[in-house]
Amino acid sequence: MFAFIIRRTLQALVVMLIISLVGFAIKNKIGDPVRDLVGERVTPEEREQIANDMGLNDPFLIQYARFVKQAVKGDLGRSFLYNKPALEVIVKHAPATIELLIGSALIIILVSLPLGVYSALKPRSLLSRFTMSFSTLGVSMPVFFTAILLIYLFAVNLQVLPSYGRGETVDLFGNGYWNTGFLTVDGLKHLILPCISLSSIMLPLFIRLIRSEMMEVLETEYIKYAWAKGLSPRRIWLIHAFKNTLLPVVTVFGVQMGLTFAFTILTELVFQWQGMGFMFLEAVQRADTSLLVAYLVVVGSVFVLVNTIVDILYGFINPTVRIAGTR
Amino acid sequence: MKTKLQKFKESYFFYSFKRDRVAMASFIVLVIFLLMAITAPWISSMNPYDAENIDIMNSEIPPMWMADGSPEFILGTDNMGRDMLSTMFYGLRTSIIIGLGAVALQAFIGIVLGLSAGYMGGKTDAILMRIADIQFSFPYLIMAIFIAAIFQVAFGVGSYERLAVPLLTIIIGLSNWPIFARTIRASVMGEKNKEYVEAARVIGFPRFTIMFRHVLPNSLTSVMVIFTIQVASAVQSEAALSFLGFGMPVTRPSLGSLIRAGQEYIFSGSWWITIFPGLWLVIFVLVINLLGDWLRDVLNPKLYKG
Amino acid sequence: MSHLLEVRDLEVKFALRTGDITAIDNVSFTLDQGERLGLVGESGAGKSVTGFSIINLISKPGFISRGSIHFEGKKISDYSNSQMRTIRGNRISMIFQDPMMTLNPVFTIGYQMIETLQAHQNISKGKARAIALEKLKKVQIPSPEERLDQYPHELSGGMRQRIIIAISLLSDPAIIIADEPTTALDVTIQAEIMDLLQELCETENMGLILITHDLGVVAQVTEKIAVMYAGKIIEFGPTDQVVANPTHPYTIGLIGSIPGSTLPGEELIQIPGMMPTLTDIPPGCAFNPRCELCETICTRETPLLEKKQNGIMAACHMK
Repeated sequence: MFAFIIRRTLQALVVMLIISLVGFAIKNKIGDPVRDLVGERVTPEEREQIANDMGLNDPFLIQYARFVKQAVKGDLGRSFLYNKPALEVIVKHAPATIELLIGSALIIILVSLPLGVYSALKPRSLLSRFTMSFSTLGVSMPVFFTAILLIYLFAVNLQVLPSYGRGETVDLFGNGYWNTGFLTVDGLKHLILPCISLSSIMLPLFIRLIRSEMMEVLETEYIKYAWAKGLSPRRIWLIHAFKNTLLPVVTVFGVQMGLTFAFTILTELVFQWQGMGFMFLEAVQRADTSLLVAYLVVVGSVFVLVNTIVDILYGFINPTVRIAGTR
Repeated sequence: MKTKLQKFKESYFFYSFKRDRVAMASFIVLVIFLLMAITAPWISSMNPYDAENIDIMNSEIPPMWMADGSPEFILGTDNMGRDMLSTMFYGLRTSIIIGLGAVALQAFIGIVLGLSAGYMGGKTDAILMRIADIQFSFPYLIMAIFIAAIFQVAFGVGSYERLAVPLLTIIIGLSNWPIFARTIRASVMGEKNKEYVEAARVIGFPRFTIMFRHVLPNSLTSVMVIFTIQVASAVQSEAALSFLGFGMPVTRPSLGSLIRAGQEYIFSGSWWITIFPGLWLVIFVLVINLLGDWLRDVLNPKLYKG
Repeated sequence: MSHLLEVRDLEVKFALRTGDITAIDNVSFTLDQGERLGLVGESGAGKSVTGFSIINLISKPGFISRGSIHFEGKKISDYSNSQMRTIRGNRISMIFQDPMMTLNPVFTIGYQMIETLQAHQNISKGKARAIALEKLKKVQIPSPEERLDQYPHELSGGMRQRIIIAISLLSDPAIIIADEPTTALDVTIQAEIMDLLQELCETENMGLILITHDLGVVAQVTEKIAVMYAGKIIEFGPTDQVVANPTHPYTIGLIGSIPGSTLPGEELIQIPGMMPTLTDIPPGCAFNPRCELCETICTRETPLLEKKQNGIMAACHMK
């Protein structure tokens, strides 16, 4: 097991290194660190001087090493747009995105689990067939269009929910770092449509996944044996089959977080939601390379981290992997 | 001796197709869409990409059946004065070109790499699969967005727009080849140990000939299903990229860019600018997905339809 | 005279997309308290299906199309699922082939044993644990207390199968159906497990239906034997008689193909050809394409089980 953790962590580090290399290459070739630092109103001579001082004329690898050293210390460059350290800008925008993710995750778990299990147990029932057809439709609808439709229906026509922004937020820690929308009714109202939109594209995926995993589990020998032992159907389905279904589903959940991230960018755009995705789009529009690269590095690291943790956790939950890893 | 057509008509494939009404309906709709895309220049009342045709005075006209509508613009016009229906035809065309192109690229890279990895095994396999794994752990959409964003920042919005179609095709093409690689590799590894491969090797065929001429055709069924799904996914990726502003420019809009442009107008009442292209896109992707589902069921027959 | 278990004219079909096919046809046998019956045949002959149909666990799309099964005087073939639950694991237990696949990998042994007891009786966890320990000792597992908290993959194949046997003993059943209980085990363990099973049946006075393709095992352990071919019983009788004087040409071939049945230096008997699949059964006697004694009538009329000599019943026109 220990060997497994080590191996996985090493793999994660390698990927992070690659990400940082790509990020740095972009920054080096495309970015303009001098402008990031001092703005645009400097003479060419001053620029050259500053460039030398900053070590911008040093060989690539030395600059890269410097970049990594700074990055590890938390310095990912300076955002030209916000005139603040890039990392700080990202961190300030993160809570909005995280709350969006939490909201959607809740919806996904609460809806996909029961529906997925039900359609595995009774595949021919009306509800199951309806769910499966709906899921094909769900997969075919782009997340941003769902968002727009929801806005059109609830905000424009029915006028019961707000159409943009986060609404009233509460400063959780009193230092401006985490403004939450969960603690006010207005904030919650603003959360509803974006969370539904975001979950709309993941729901069909999970329902199908849970359904197919469970159907496969239901065909296994040990489930058949459970029947032979005379256990009650409820026990067989909800305890034996379910636990075995959850394991692969959990890994997929971890992996799918990545895809969800992409969809948050789209959702944040539609709802003018001031999260990381929105910030990313701004950075692109205004060619703020530092911020862009910082975003890439942060998001990339988060992916790698989440994937690695999920893999290791899976090893803990699934007893068979635990022993197998030591062989 | 039966002709190929006769054999096809009698095959299980065709039989199950005829029996499945959803598949048939989807196929018909898909064919209609394809025809519309191909004949777009002829069936459109105007060419929305040509600035000469557009009169800004015509903007925001509602669809024909509403008050203020006009039969000249069946589904109304957008904010620039372009006929909605024509723009949708052209947009569909662009989406299909990019979608098919991107998937062709994905398939090409994926098949070549997957075939090599699966057949040659050993180091080649290990290296190629490592790369695929790493790329796989990054969701394809994020990769596409990043690559597009970097391109735009590096080369400026102007040149980006000029090269939009091939650029988008390449970007989407590069972001999702691992899925083809993995599928082919799995299939090839299964085929590798079959007797006909052994026989071919004994006869003395060179490696690449065996790989491409003998093993590949037998692994293609798994690819067919992935192909359809990927086309749907590529079309959606292009729509997403366009919606974000990394796709087709406003002057030559695809369905995604149309939705983007029309979004703010739902508040002022011109809902058709964003809703129609959206529905168009959804139906198109839906029929592809339905066909893909049916294809998957047919190519993996289980004795009992459960 | 009423038997503990009575299977009469059982027919099981599978509903496929292309139509129904018959898996077992006209199968009848009885089992009394403490009797040991062997169901022998090749893979696909229908023995497992027969075993499963007794407790109505045939995998979809299979179903019982004809015949009846009586247990302790009641017609259990008509039982609903919740009624069958009182029988399964309680009055009739079943042992599957591969112990690794049979135990749920994510639960401990103790958990899986206790839940079985609690499913059939209203007893506390403590009491259930005590009974589980008692059964584990009966199957001669070393350090039984530790086993209860272990996971299936932490144990060897032989131990797992012993545990499965222990589970089957939990409610002191009247019959154990053992479906290829030793096929997935090492040869050295096989003998131990079979000895254990036989001993337990004798001491607990339990009936045993042993489903296997291994004639050697059947010859040792069982008292009656039914030989199945292509879904039908083609020979039935006391084990020692059938083994010493096989009647049906197929059985003769089977017995003759056991290593050790011929003198050193002599060729083992082989039966040419293969058993037909369920969709390809030839008309008349299913064995006729491979039979030396085949005559015209064999290709036209399906032979029925009839009394031949030595107390054996066989389905053959020529004997």
